[in-house]
Amino acid sequence: MQPFDQPVIALREKILELHEMADRQGLDFKEELNLLEERLRRLERDIYGNMKAWNRVQLARHPERPTTLDYIREMCEDFMEMHGDRHGYDDAAIVGGVALFNGRPVTIIGHQRGKDTKENIRRNFGMPHPEGYRKALRLMQQAEKFNRPVITFIDTKGAYPGRAAEERGQSEAIARNLFEMAGLRVPVISIVIGEGGSGGALGIGVCDRLLMLENSTYSVISPEGAAALLWKDAGLAERAAESMRITAPDLVNLGIADGIIPEVVGGAHLDVSLQADKLKTVIAQELEELVRLTPEDLILQRTEKYHQIGT
Amino acid sequence: MQAFFRKPKKFVTLTSKEQRVDVPVGLMTKCPKCTLIQYTKQLEANLRVCTCGYHHPLTAAERFRQLFDAGSVELFELPEVKIDPLSFKDYPEKLRGDEARTGLREAIVCGVGKVNGYPLVACVMDARFRMGSMGAAVGTAIAEAVRYATKNGLPVTIFSASGGARMQEGMVSLMQMAKTSLFLKQHAEAGLLYISCMTHPTTGGVSASFAMLGDVNIAEPGALIGFAGRRIIEQTIREKLPEDFQTAEFLLKTGQLDEVVSRRDLKNYYTRLLRIHGEGTNHATI
Ligand SMILES: [Zn+2]
Repeated sequence: MQPFDQPVIALREKILELHEMADRQGLDFKEELNLLEERLRRLERDIYGNMKAWNRVQLARHPERPTTLDYIREMCEDFMEMHGDRHGYDDAAIVGGVALFNGRPVTIIGHQRGKDTKENIRRNFGMPHPEGYRKALRLMQQAEKFNRPVITFIDTKGAYPGRAAEERGQSEAIARNLFEMAGLRVPVISIVIGEGGSGGALGIGVCDRLLMLENSTYSVISPEGAAALLWKDAGLAERAAESMRITAPDLVNLGIADGIIPEVVGGAHLDVSLQADKLKTVIAQELEELVRLTPEDLILQRTEKYHQIGT
Repeated sequence: MQAFFRKPKKFVTLTSKEQRVDVPVGLMTKCPKCTLIQYTKQLEANLRVCTCGYHHPLTAAERFRQLFDAGSVELFELPEVKIDPLSFKDYPEKLRGDEARTGLREAIVCGVGKVNGYPLVACVMDARFRMGSMGAAVGTAIAEAVRYATKNGLPVTIFSASGGARMQEGMVSLMQMAKTSLFLKQHAEAGLLYISCMTHPTTGGVSASFAMLGDVNIAEPGALIGFAGRRIIEQTIREKLPEDFQTAEFLLKTGQLDEVVSRRDLKNYYTRLLRIHGEGTNHATI
């Protein structure tokens, strides 16, 4: 299937080629280039200015979309990854550790997809087992001990639906995190950077501020799953993506997300550094506000934040 | 069929051909496990537990009647919530249909009462309404009941019976997992007891939130309890799962439950737990 923004991609490549040809042959294509660039801007406005939910789903699933570790590397001065749940397992589908963010110590945790098949297999395509949630909880409780804010990146299709995961308490692990995150006495900021899939996403996502990248999605079930369940036809995923209200603007309207972080035109994957800058600016602002609150006020506001959803 | 109802027999077993015929609701009830058909009145006298041990589903009202002392229960009003947050096609009609069919306003009934004299707040899900799925109404009702318990220093129990999230409420539904867990956390921090009783079925977002958060987690025999559906797991791992996978007994074996408790022992089990935890009652009279 061709990406919905194929015309933009094609035109970008054409402009790039022309630039290269001009450099190589020492010719002047200025006029042609100006025209093409003008056409590109119009095309981008048309295509990215009228994004359907399904288009955002495609961008959120883009194989080159930046991952948790990409953003951590770009945003933090120092990051030390910490491994393991202390009960026999280190789930690579969730990464976490300590870092300096604008000079401030923070704990950062996120789902971690792979960038190629080999890494995806090692990281189970970013779909955690219970041990991933338990590692995350260990790190969050450590953050509380040292009074460090917690930043979590949400980027998973969901918790892994496997036999071992069930046997070792997938439900309990997620439930425990919701319960303990509700009472954390340090600020928690969660950012949906790609796909936020159901309970497996929420398992590290109970927070004081929920932010979403412009083209990220957050849903109770994948559009394909919803279509299969509601209309017995997974082919209706595009329609389900619209009716399930899973985009960043949808979730702001529903009173669930607190803000949208603009994306690089054409998607975060086109410029990781620039995207990380945008992310960092917003997180820094939110953090400044949250660290001023007493733990009591923090939990009071968190209670109100969740209590109002759906009422 | 008519012949069966005229015979003054206690139990009637149907041949396989006759099994396909629906038993009229009310007079007789058929057991889906052993196919025994018996008088509903008889079944009710046995707490809707079949002679084979199968636990027939209970309505919320039946659950309150079975657990609480007669005349002790005071039901809470359901909190006001947004009825159709996503403006989802046909959803309000489905709600009205279930309401007409069950006489319930939502998939949950909450209240406070006494179990052999011990006060207890209870949230009871009723799977007849939208398969017990959790939307804003269920989540907020639990939040409010738990908040009431925290404020009044009372223990709380939740009987879950749910397929998980309410699809038609999308992310509003998912967030009820966080909401219910948050209020249970505050109840726990007040040092109060929470007993979670999982009944058939307790899956998805309900099992991955309040159902697993009890100080004591118990389940009724045979109840299906799990995060992901059996079919999805079998497709993912490409192997057949054991017969007892995700049953209450399986969860007990894998260390995820404190006990599997038969309905016949349930009131006694609650009474003993409440006595040991000594919540808000006069110990001297026990
Ligand atoms: Zn039976």
